[in-house]
Amino acid sequence: MSAAAPPATNPAVPRFARTAHVARKERSERVARVVFALMAAAMVVPLAAILGYLLWKAAPALRLEFLLDVPKKGMTEGGIWPAFVGTLYLVGLSLAVSAPVGVLAAVYLNEYSRDNAFTRAINLAVINLAGVPSIVHALFGLGAFVYAAQFGYSILSASLTLAIMTLPVIIASTREALASVPHSFREACWNVGASRWQTIQAVVLPNSISGILTGLILQVSRAAGETAPIMFTGAVFYKAVQRGDLLPYRLDEQCMALSMHLYTVATQVPNVQEAIPYATAVVLLGSVLLVNATAVTLRVWLRGRKRW
Amino acid sequence: MTDAAPLAIETRGLDLWYGDFQALYGVDVRVRAGIITSLIGPSGCGKTTLLRCFNRINERYPNVRTGGVIRVLGEDIYDPSVSLIELRKAVGMVFQRPNPLPISVYENVVFGLRVHTPRGELKRAALDEAVEKALTEVGLWKDLKDRLHDRATTLQLEQQQKLCIARLLPLKPDIILMDEPCSALDVEGTRAIEELMFELRGRYTIVIVTHNMAQARRASDECVFMLLGKLIEHSRTADLFLSPKEARTAEYIEGRYG
Repeated sequence: MSAAAPPATNPAVPRFARTAHVARKERSERVARVVFALMAAAMVVPLAAILGYLLWKAAPALRLEFLLDVPKKGMTEGGIWPAFVGTLYLVGLSLAVSAPVGVLAAVYLNEYSRDNAFTRAINLAVINLAGVPSIVHALFGLGAFVYAAQFGYSILSASLTLAIMTLPVIIASTREALASVPHSFREACWNVGASRWQTIQAVVLPNSISGILTGLILQVSRAAGETAPIMFTGAVFYKAVQRGDLLPYRLDEQCMALSMHLYTVATQVPNVQEAIPYATAVVLLGSVLLVNATAVTLRVWLRGRKRW
Repeated sequence: MTDAAPLAIETRGLDLWYGDFQALYGVDVRVRAGIITSLIGPSGCGKTTLLRCFNRINERYPNVRTGGVIRVLGEDIYDPSVSLIELRKAVGMVFQRPNPLPISVYENVVFGLRVHTPRGELKRAALDEAVEKALTEVGLWKDLKDRLHDRATTLQLEQQQKLCIARLLPLKPDIILMDEPCSALDVEGTRAIEELMFELRGRYTIVIVTHNMAQARRASDECVFMLLGKLIEHSRTADLFLSPKEARTAEYIEGRYG
């Protein structure tokens, strides 16, 4: 072996020992990690506090009867059935409008449109509409649907207002879902001569449906929770309804709604049983959580069936 | 090059722009029918862009403009009477990464038939026959005949790429465009695809873009060398590699640049 010997090592001068500078960096690393972890943990506190406090306060009223019964004695006692059904009506109808419009618009924007002034204008509109406060949507709904279109204060006006409010977010979430479908799938289709519409049917929609549905469902819970838009356009304090009646409203009538009812019993009516507003909130929150859980389950299930 | 053989593809003065960037400059190329023609050249020379012109798939990408004439099987493909759907049936394409659709092997092969035939007119027996014929033609039938209903994305890459070729065949294409079809495959896979190209040669006109000069040399009859959006040289593959006419071609195949 004539190769040169490796450089001599001197164990007396360790090469990998911590210098003061490195030690300082390591210390700040530890501090940073603890601070971030605390902040993340702090998120759980308000959530747990809200749920715990609500359930504790609502406990005396929480029975199935509370859901099915109508408000009694000037809304100081009884249940919330008219408000619960009203919310179902409003959310269902608004989704029936916003889901098809939003999904089809997103398909156009993502699959057909070219980058030109027209599509840029649409994109700008979508982004800005998503940022409009709900109270402004409420005023718009009042002017456009209640007065201009002469739908009056009605479930129809309120649902359309909610639909306008949720539309931009539905468009955005649907576009995201569509964009997640690999471009190579589309190329494969185009290259056997499939039209865009055939490509969308055969490949794009089946592979983005889980994301699209998740986006829609999340907007359901948002629509269910909003108060201002429906208060201006079609929700009332009180409406006489039969206990457990599934079809109490016509679309040109006003209705009660959970979010509105919560506001009413919490602030507008004197001498309400203490548990009632809390129980109303629990029902609203429970419905929203149920819907969100459905969204998650659906997503997991469709993911499992996803084919790439 | 003998001009007697029929031409599958012919371009005259073909220019192409991506927005303000000109990617092709006055390309005149004549691809003869029934043989394998390779397009070679360094990255960015426009070979893939040129390939994508031949079935007008470029138009699905934003901001693409073309000028000049492209004739496929004697017809001007920018004539207003040309249906893109029919054009793409006749001129199929295979990509760098195998892109089987996330459905079964069987459905991948009959996808084109389903796209082009009104619902209800397709008989099960005809579909079965088309699948067997196409898979046999690409040499997959023996391996896959019991796995026809497996998801195509679970196959090995080499099988996926063969499946992507098989997917074109039920449409009875005249021309198959291949955009670096072996770049995602290992040596064995590459050899298998090249052998398949030889099998298909004659029945189909094959145009292949490749980065791999050795592959162009092994697997093509004629070779087109491109540089910076221009066609530099087009001749029989053996001639191009043994006695290139252009100095730039010679330098490229010697590996001086690219």
